[in-house]
Amino acid sequence: MLEITLNLVLVMISIALIMNIYSLVRGPSLPERILSLDTLYINSIGLILIYGIVQASSINFEAALLIAMLGFVSTAALCKYLLRGDIIE
Amino acid sequence: MNFAIELILSLLLLLGGSLILIGSLGLIRLPDVYTRLHAPTKATTLGMGAILIASMLFTLFDQGSLSVQQLLITLFLFISAPLTGHLLAKTAMHQRLKQTDKTKNAELIETARDRKAPNQSTD
Amino acid sequence: MSFVRSWLPRPFLSLVLLIVWLLMNNAFSLGHILLGLILALGIPLLTEPLQTQQVTVKRPLKLIKYIIILKWDIVVANLAVAKLILGPTKALQPGFVAYPLNLTGDLPITLLASTISLTPGTLSAEVSKDREWLYIHALDLPDEQALIDAIKQRYETPLKEIFQC
Repeated sequence: MLEITLNLVLVMISIALIMNIYSLVRGPSLPERILSLDTLYINSIGLILIYGIVQASSINFEAALLIAMLGFVSTAALCKYLLRGDIIE
Repeated sequence: MNFAIELILSLLLLLGGSLILIGSLGLIRLPDVYTRLHAPTKATTLGMGAILIASMLFTLFDQGSLSVQQLLITLFLFISAPLTGHLLAKTAMHQRLKQTDKTKNAELIETARDRKAPNQSTD
Repeated sequence: MSFVRSWLPRPFLSLVLLIVWLLMNNAFSLGHILLGLILALGIPLLTEPLQTQQVTVKRPLKLIKYIIILKWDIVVANLAVAKLILGPTKALQPGFVAYPLNLTGDLPITLLASTISLTPGTLSAEVSKDREWLYIHALDLPDEQALIDAIKQRYETPLKEIFQC
């Protein structure tokens, strides 16, 4: 049962990722593109975690942690850039 | 692993997967940038929470050791989600993006953009 | 006392740093505890000049109760938003609200704004310069006054009690 569910959830997250790429391309404004990118990386963390369960290994969690931290910092930096035209004031 | 644990894991994973899907769907379906901000900051965050709990339970029952890194990821996502939403709303206001015509109190965007207090007469 | 104060300026921050370090390494061995202790003592000392004076938690028990209520509300809020997204989007009535703040201090306002962002269909967008108004965007806004009253009663009053400000 767990195997079927895992495959199903993998498909679901993949569809979500495709949707995110669609809204990333569509835009139309820059904040919306940043938002899509932000959702994209959060969803990819989900993908990595499910893959970790499939493989029954915990080696991938560090990658997920890194994506979570760097993704947030990059979103904040992009927003700052749009707000001020500068990242570090 | 016995049946009950598999059932709980499957339910959590399905809940997480559908919430992530709904969050991404909201990003496409909702009309303007301000409403779109709601979808990822809420639906996706809880979806990730469900998947992380499932992942933690799996490691606990499969390998017999408690893995706490997922807890840290959950914590981090729950702290960063409102901050991202706040920053993006600020940016959207700064760029004067169009809101949908139905938006109530749209004139508040201008006062919020300048960080002034609203006119008392609107109350 | 002053010796402890100068070498351990922020005991709570040090504790959090140590716990996060141990969580990140996923290990509970002597080596990691020692390394974590060095970091937990060193980082607050190095960043001490950057800190500004913040209000402190006066009622820790109430804070725990607040966090539990918040956890439950987050789950409910997410399901409610999911329902709104799946329903007809034409019927949505989005809107902005100016929320009069009773709280003072940066930390309580930040906590309230984050709480609002995580709970039912609302997102805090901006705070006015005089720190007296919080601008909120709501996904579905049938009644402004009801929303303001709900936030005031459910989140702001407990926060005010916790920080006593």
